[in-house]
Amino acid sequence: MTATSPARTHGGTTDTTPHTGPPAAPGPEHTGSPATRVLGLAALAAVALLVLYGLVVSPPDREMADAVRLMYVHVPAATLLYTGCFFTTLASAMWLWKRTPGWDALAETGAEVALVFAVVTLVTGSLWGRPTWGTYWTWDARLTSTAVLTALLVGYLALRRLDLDPDARSVRAAVLGLLLVPNVVVVNRSVEWWRSLHQGSTLVRLDPQIEGDMLVALMIGFLAGGLVFAWLMVHRFRVAWLAQQADRIDLDAALAARRAEAAAPAERPAPAGRPAGEGVSPA
Amino acid sequence: MEPVVHLRDAVALLGRFPALAGIDLDVRRGEVVLLRGPNGAGKTTVLRVCAGLVPVVRGEAVVLGHDLRRDPRPVRRRVGLLGHATGLFDDLTVADNVAFWGRAYRAGRGDVEAALAAVGLAGRLRDVPVARLSAGQRRRTSLACLLARRPELWLLDEPHAGLDHDARDLLDDLVRRAVAQGATVLMSSHELDRAVALADRTVELAAGTAVGTPAAPAPSADGPAPVAEVGHVA
Amino acid sequence: MWRDATLVAGRDLRVELRSRVTANQVAPFALLVLVLFAFALDPDGPVLERATPGLYWITVLFAAVLAIARSAAIDEADGVRDALRLSALHPSGVFVGKALAVAAELVALELLLGLGVVVLYGAEPAGVGLLAATCACATVAVASTGTLYGALVSGLRVRETLLPLLLLPVLAPVLIAATRAFEAALVGVVADGWPWCGLLAAFAVLYSVAGALAYGTLLEGS
Repeated sequence: MTATSPARTHGGTTDTTPHTGPPAAPGPEHTGSPATRVLGLAALAAVALLVLYGLVVSPPDREMADAVRLMYVHVPAATLLYTGCFFTTLASAMWLWKRTPGWDALAETGAEVALVFAVVTLVTGSLWGRPTWGTYWTWDARLTSTAVLTALLVGYLALRRLDLDPDARSVRAAVLGLLLVPNVVVVNRSVEWWRSLHQGSTLVRLDPQIEGDMLVALMIGFLAGGLVFAWLMVHRFRVAWLAQQADRIDLDAALAARRAEAAAPAERPAPAGRPAGEGVSPA
Repeated sequence: MEPVVHLRDAVALLGRFPALAGIDLDVRRGEVVLLRGPNGAGKTTVLRVCAGLVPVVRGEAVVLGHDLRRDPRPVRRRVGLLGHATGLFDDLTVADNVAFWGRAYRAGRGDVEAALAAVGLAGRLRDVPVARLSAGQRRRTSLACLLARRPELWLLDEPHAGLDHDARDLLDDLVRRAVAQGATVLMSSHELDRAVALADRTVELAAGTAVGTPAAPAPSADGPAPVAEVGHVA
Repeated sequence: MWRDATLVAGRDLRVELRSRVTANQVAPFALLVLVLFAFALDPDGPVLERATPGLYWITVLFAAVLAIARSAAIDEADGVRDALRLSALHPSGVFVGKALAVAAELVALELLLGLGVVVLYGAEPAGVGLLAATCACATVAVASTGTLYGALVSGLRVRETLLPLLLLPVLAPVLIAATRAFEAALVGVVADGWPWCGLLAAFAVLYSVAGALAYGTLLEGS
């Protein structure tokens, strides 16, 4: 990830801003590349394998019947959700330290991809609840904390979307992103502790005992999820990176333009009394 | 002797916009320098750069011996900035405001009282909430906050705006007294007669540079006639 | 730093004293919310009684959002941010001072709401030690978290809507813990509540430190 700004010398002193540099080459038409195509194909293959194993090969659970198949997606999705949040917090910390734009892009990417997986987690968890307990929502520890985490992510992304000076926005988003993982940890711990007070041992077990083909299916679920996650991260990061590139200024060109303002006389309003121009008909 | 302000080809950005596009400026101790120029020329930015609020990304910038490119923060304690904004808390009284900012700037109570007296707000008006004051009185309160910290470098952004005749005289008097005590003053103003009388010399700004310097040679005949540097204090 | 904190806390409280917004508007609002809960949940049945701890803390949180917005607004006045940067005040001192001022207001609100809950919902105070400790820890937690997040949205046009969206999910653990502690004190076994109080204390420490460290960055960068 080439995220550093080139050092430029001008009269013996160097340029210290991170958002200047030579103008980006005309942008690529898409964010794909040979590597991502391989990654994408691998992800597709893994998903296909998951469908095969998940729906066909693995047996239904003793207690949960076919609903257990949702677990092969639900559990990996929850894990990848946390992975995305981890990226955001790490990137926020690195940005606050190094102030290079690439970290800012990575923070945004992590949060958006995490949100995708949060929704998947919530939907699969909810669908799982229906046949098992008859309700779409249960205040199970994982679902509840995922819901709060979704709210945290939505808030973070709302802050990111504000129409603000990019530098100011990056600072605020970085501080917020830095707090994301600590918030997740605290929320998870407290929700789990809370729900553990109310739930008996048999009523809710979102993680059934799995073995054999079911375990294989779960592993494939992790693999497929991981590949999809990586593919999404790479593409989203590239989009964010390109957006930032478009925002960079060529400082020398901007300076030249600014100085040219001094040479050209400023626009002066026409003195009162002069006709506005052609086409003004006499009263 | 070391100049109090030394800018050489300084570039400062406001967001993505180069507000200062390579400006040269030298201000010696005890000088009163007036910055002139059209709106948007960068006068306010020069003052904020000297206060250490806006970073300089290229060129040299040394104020009161501090290299602003390395770390602008140490210079902040030694300057006083009177900007367009009042920097006051509307719900608090005049006395509360000056006392708070005085202590925030580590001034003593004596300095706070002296400042209030110097701007004529030590009497009946001291216990009036700022929200109820006129604009001119608020300006005077902000000026008291500046006086309390006894800065070595005064940065005044259109200080005469909004002040009545007496208050303007008061301001000029305070500036002269501060200079007599060793302060240096850099100010911008559109009040030309009064400001030029107060200043030792004038620097014309245009589009982020100082006219007559290598970055911006004098404009063509169509443009506004530049005021050349008028007189130098030896 | 502590001297700066005292100075800023004094300033914030003086502003409140002069403007009386928390006393005249936020406190009545909080009591009103308690009354509205009674309308929504049949006051004759057992529901209101059982829900009292939770309703109490939800009301405190809503009132806290308002108090924090007011606290942040003080430093959003024209030119104040620049003046703070130019002053010799340590940003962490400013943070602590503001958080202390908010905490003081919240304590007053909590006492008032406690009275409200006793009168309106017929709650019987018990396990007062646990109640007091919970209030103390929760207050610090809410005040420090709120002051940090208030600074995060400070000066933005959308801050009225963004602040609750950002702050309330973060405070969900505080709500959970404080409610459980109150339940233990009022209707359950007091000993069960102390661990929750411990969680609140840890949360308070975490956010006090985080806020003190981050406030300077936010002051400079935004």
